[in-house]
Amino acid sequence: MRKLTLAIAVIAPMLGHAASAEDTIKIGYIDPLSGGGASVGEGGLKTFQYLADELNAKGGILGHKIEIVPLDNKTNPQESLVQAQKAIDAGVHYITQGNGSSVGAALSDFVAKNNTRNPGKEVLYFNYAAVDPSLTNEKCSYWHFRWDASSDIKMEALTNYMKDTPSIKKVYLINQDYSFGQSVRTDARKMLGAKRPDIQIVGDELHPLLKVTDFSPYIAKIKASGADSVVTGNWGQDFALLLKAAADAGLKVNWYTYYAGGAGGPTAVKQTGLDHQVFQITEGFANSGNKAAMDYEKAFRAKVNLSLWYPRAVNEMRMFKAAAEKANSIDPVKVAAALEDLKFEVLDGGTGIMRKDDHQFLQPIYISSLGKLTESEPFDEEGTGWGWHLVSRIDTPQAMVSTTCKMTRP
Amino acid sequence: MLELIVISTLNGVLFGMLLFLLSSGLTVIFSMMGVLNFAHASFYMLGAFFGFQLTKWIGFWPALVLAPLLVGAIGMAVERYGLRNTHKHGHVAELLLTFGLAFAIEEIVSMIWGKSPLDYRVPALLDFPAFTIFSTNYPAYKIFMLAVSVIIFVALLIVLKRTRVGLIVQAALTHPHMVGHLGHNVGRVFMLVFGVGSALAALAGVIAGPALVTQSDMAASLGPILFVVIVFGGLGSLPGAFVASLVIGLVQTFAVALDGSLASAFGPLDPSAGPSVLTDIWNVTVAQVAPIVPYLLLVIILIVRPMGLMGTRES
Repeated sequence: MRKLTLAIAVIAPMLGHAASAEDTIKIGYIDPLSGGGASVGEGGLKTFQYLADELNAKGGILGHKIEIVPLDNKTNPQESLVQAQKAIDAGVHYITQGNGSSVGAALSDFVAKNNTRNPGKEVLYFNYAAVDPSLTNEKCSYWHFRWDASSDIKMEALTNYMKDTPSIKKVYLINQDYSFGQSVRTDARKMLGAKRPDIQIVGDELHPLLKVTDFSPYIAKIKASGADSVVTGNWGQDFALLLKAAADAGLKVNWYTYYAGGAGGPTAVKQTGLDHQVFQITEGFANSGNKAAMDYEKAFRAKVNLSLWYPRAVNEMRMFKAAAEKANSIDPVKVAAALEDLKFEVLDGGTGIMRKDDHQFLQPIYISSLGKLTESEPFDEEGTGWGWHLVSRIDTPQAMVSTTCKMTRP
Repeated sequence: MLELIVISTLNGVLFGMLLFLLSSGLTVIFSMMGVLNFAHASFYMLGAFFGFQLTKWIGFWPALVLAPLLVGAIGMAVERYGLRNTHKHGHVAELLLTFGLAFAIEEIVSMIWGKSPLDYRVPALLDFPAFTIFSTNYPAYKIFMLAVSVIIFVALLIVLKRTRVGLIVQAALTHPHMVGHLGHNVGRVFMLVFGVGSALAALAGVIAGPALVTQSDMAASLGPILFVVIVFGGLGSLPGAFVASLVIGLVQTFAVALDGSLASAFGPLDPSAGPSVLTDIWNVTVAQVAPIVPYLLLVIILIVRPMGLMGTRES
């Protein structure tokens, strides 16, 4: 009798635990929460937690609550796999990650292997920011879905804008030395070469990822090259410090960037005093003019005390809900099938579609510049008094590039 | 081109002087106690974080004085209650103590201040371009950093070479027992030296914090290069550490400025060979490998001259 009570005492909580694990949908958030990428990773975590709270307040997904499980990968692919395994062991079926395409590639591969080996316990990888084109081309996977535009889509849009700007004559490329940075430089060279052969590439630099603490030597080089424009995919600390060094040295060029809006970026831009000379390419931004998005931004800022860097995270979570409801299940396999070719009204307005061929979400793209705000632009960035201003909007059909993905379907 | 050379030289000297500020303490401690203090860069980090916090409370200038004093006191406590007790168990125990300490400090710092970079700003008084050469501004704060480093170097040299205190310290370096028999408290000398070394590292942290990044992994990213400096310069040699710091600062800065690769020197590989590991290596520029150049120097000097540039003894 005593043994039986003991057994019940031991097993009962486990049953209870198993039951509650079924109730909540755990999303493993694997991103840097320490090191040079920490500022970006923490911002992303707060965003996803806000989105989970928002969904939970409205009854969750098919009655299931959402829980975000934060896992620190230190921007390291190896560490990410350890964290992913930890997450899966803890009952996570959905992983979201964004910072670092090298991490993205490792995770995509890991998830694919896991799903082959553990049928019935599939995991989906929702990628909200790793934009290396190979993830939806030669390295594409059925279990990977990307909500950010890939870097070649962004570069296509950016170079379309640059080709109509005759003042650009000498371009300097500076990027982080890993898969994403390398794809930015090769895309930039290729596309600028095709669209504006008269533009001279006066520098093409790769520097170690999130390791440089002082960019003055690089700025000195840019200055010496006589460039009038710089194209950079730098993010996190690497962008903020690059601009900080440029401000110190008084470098006056136009900056064409992917991530000037990230933590510390706008502050650094303000210090350079380059009013509307720093451009960013994104899937949405604070002053986009879309009323629903701007109301959302206001509520988000009031609660999280950050600007919404990731409108795509909003799209990701809302589409997750839509797909689960369409499939009437939270089973990853059914959700994945429902996501394919799912059309969706994005946060900043316009329709996007999750392309079935490569699981790349196609959506409207914006080019904006940071500077003094006009009457109709209510949001500044990081308390600088400067904010994003619309320069160009590229609609979904013009923001597509073809894919070479040959997907193995389950 | 001239512009690049001048600016790179300035940047290189500045980085070098900062390295010297850090390694001077390390090299004196090392030669005295025979212990490679793995926690030295952690004292630098503590300096930056204390500097940040004190700047918030009482302003930058008092922080510049107070933070190194605080860290110096911590350093002395570490020597008195940690190292001195482990000393009898040999160097390995001491080494492990500092090794563990480095991790402990990193954890504590990230618990208190978080893991993201801090918003540690240059004081308003020094936030302006000092001068402009070739239309490039050189920030006043960097000149200030340079000036502090030079002053500390000169002061350190004078104290060590021209004063009684220096005499005792230098004697304790080589003949601790003799110094003890002459009636000096060698233990206290060690403690003070350790304290001063830690304070110097902290001073470097306070002034480098606003210019570079202040975050909880800054010690880990700077630690290895300090060992390169003291080994390259020669163990225990202060002028050696000075020269090595400058050389490494300049080498690293100029390496960034160089775009040369094997391909640009000898022409590209035969395209028929196709893309391979070999073509990758052939096309890597000096700028890309800049961060590892100092370690390459370390390897070379260990092979060619194990005692370092100005070292007098082999270790």
